[in-house]
Amino acid sequence: MLDDFLVRAALAGVGLSIATGPLGSFVVWRRLAYFGDATAHAAILGVALALLMSLPIWLGTLVVALAMALAVSWMASRGQSSDTGLGVLSYSALSAGLVAISFAPGVRVDLAAFLFGDILAVTRADLAVVWAGALSIAGLIWWRWSRLLLSTLSPDLAAASGINPAREGMVLTLSLAVVVAVSLKVVGALLIGAMLIIPAAAARQVAMTPFAMVVLAVVIGWCASLSGLLGSLWYDTPAGPSIIVAAGLIYLALTIVAAARRRPVD
Amino acid sequence: MPHLRSGACVMSLITARDISVAHGRRVVLEHVDFKIDPGEIVTIVGPNGSGKSTLLRALLGILPVSGTITRKPGLVVGYVPQKLALDGSLPMPVGSFLNLPSPHPVNERADVLRQVGLPDLQHRQIAELSGGQLQRVLLARALLSKPDILVLDEPTQGLDQMGEAAFYQLIEAVRSQTGVAVLMVSHDLHVVMSASDRVICLNGHVCCEGTPHVVRDAPEYRALFGHGTQGALALYQHDHDHDHEHAGCDHDLSATKDTADAG
Repeated sequence: MLDDFLVRAALAGVGLSIATGPLGSFVVWRRLAYFGDATAHAAILGVALALLMSLPIWLGTLVVALAMALAVSWMASRGQSSDTGLGVLSYSALSAGLVAISFAPGVRVDLAAFLFGDILAVTRADLAVVWAGALSIAGLIWWRWSRLLLSTLSPDLAAASGINPAREGMVLTLSLAVVVAVSLKVVGALLIGAMLIIPAAAARQVAMTPFAMVVLAVVIGWCASLSGLLGSLWYDTPAGPSIIVAAGLIYLALTIVAAARRRPVD
Repeated sequence: MPHLRSGACVMSLITARDISVAHGRRVVLEHVDFKIDPGEIVTIVGPNGSGKSTLLRALLGILPVSGTITRKPGLVVGYVPQKLALDGSLPMPVGSFLNLPSPHPVNERADVLRQVGLPDLQHRQIAELSGGQLQRVLLARALLSKPDILVLDEPTQGLDQMGEAAFYQLIEAVRSQTGVAVLMVSHDLHVVMSASDRVICLNGHVCCEGTPHVVRDAPEYRALFGHGTQGALALYQHDHDHDHEHAGCDHDLSATKDTADAG
């Protein structure tokens, strides 16, 4: 027997995975994990600005995440995307956001909800935002699949085929900002990176083609969302982190399967 | 150089006029003129750091340049890069790789693999291929797009001598079958001498240019690559930190280049 809020939570997780599967695969292939974290952390600053200016939260996060993603990719295009530089930006944005939220007037703000998500409180409107964002990202990646893939494999090969690798990189940058904005409510700013990386990394253990890896990452995202929610219901644990724990366990299981397959027991 | 005079009625595939490229403050290429006609095999030679790959990448539009580069409208380029930085995080079987950026039927992919002398290894991961196999797969991918021009950047790097010879024979065969033009960078001077219609000797600028024989006898070329062995050995002893000491390599002395420009 499923309560209505649980159905909405499940639908939010399932919808989000449709975007994080393909996007997370590109994040893994292009080694953008830190990039994703920096963008996600900036979302807290967006929350603060939205609260201070009485704007919808998703709009504030979208704008700030977009600005952060553009700043970071501009840094990368100038060859300065060091872990250090990203770390400085990432933690500065996170802390600035936390400081700014304390200025938000009147309402007592539940910080944990923004840091770790509040998937059980997802409303119908939140669901619409999650699904609209996720489907447009998945559609965008589907549309530009070959161009994105060749640009990822070799920017030179892409350019020689008349593809602009910088533009394809921008597609991913913008998608990342959108995914951060729509998933804040589901898994929170600190765990968005995990939702991108872990299902894709788990899929990599067994996938033999790029397309299979993307599809598998989506399916793993679904399994993690549903089993994480159930686990959180049974053991009364926080839902967002439970989903990530489930994803981590799937990663562990598939890693063991892959290792066993490579080295058959004799 | 009679083959250069045919350009009167056929449009050159790529023409570059007075291009210069700088990486930051360091000028890598200065005032280079270049053109390649349909069906021509042109080889660029030069010491390490002389801007050979930079010139290729500039001609392909990968690098920003000052000067003008004109490509024939609708020109299809098949590019074989010097190496492919393979990342274990991306699973990529040969078959999927051949489908980038545009899909081809599975039997067409098998045919082109056979054409470059490989079995149908479409299910193999490209990360698991040997150096020679990967070069051939890169060539196969380039050929699938039915290019007007093949651009090869030191395509035989990492191959043994037999592999090298076989690879260049393959290029020759492809050219005679399809009439594709070939532009390549090479270290293998002895091969260059036999296989090219035209050789460009580069060291930040065009030192000399012409048929293999003209270039081999040019003083600028000898200053760079030495005598006797036709340069095949001298090349590997060449110390690129001392490029500036090759006083013989200078535009003003380049009589052969002027001849080539006239053609």
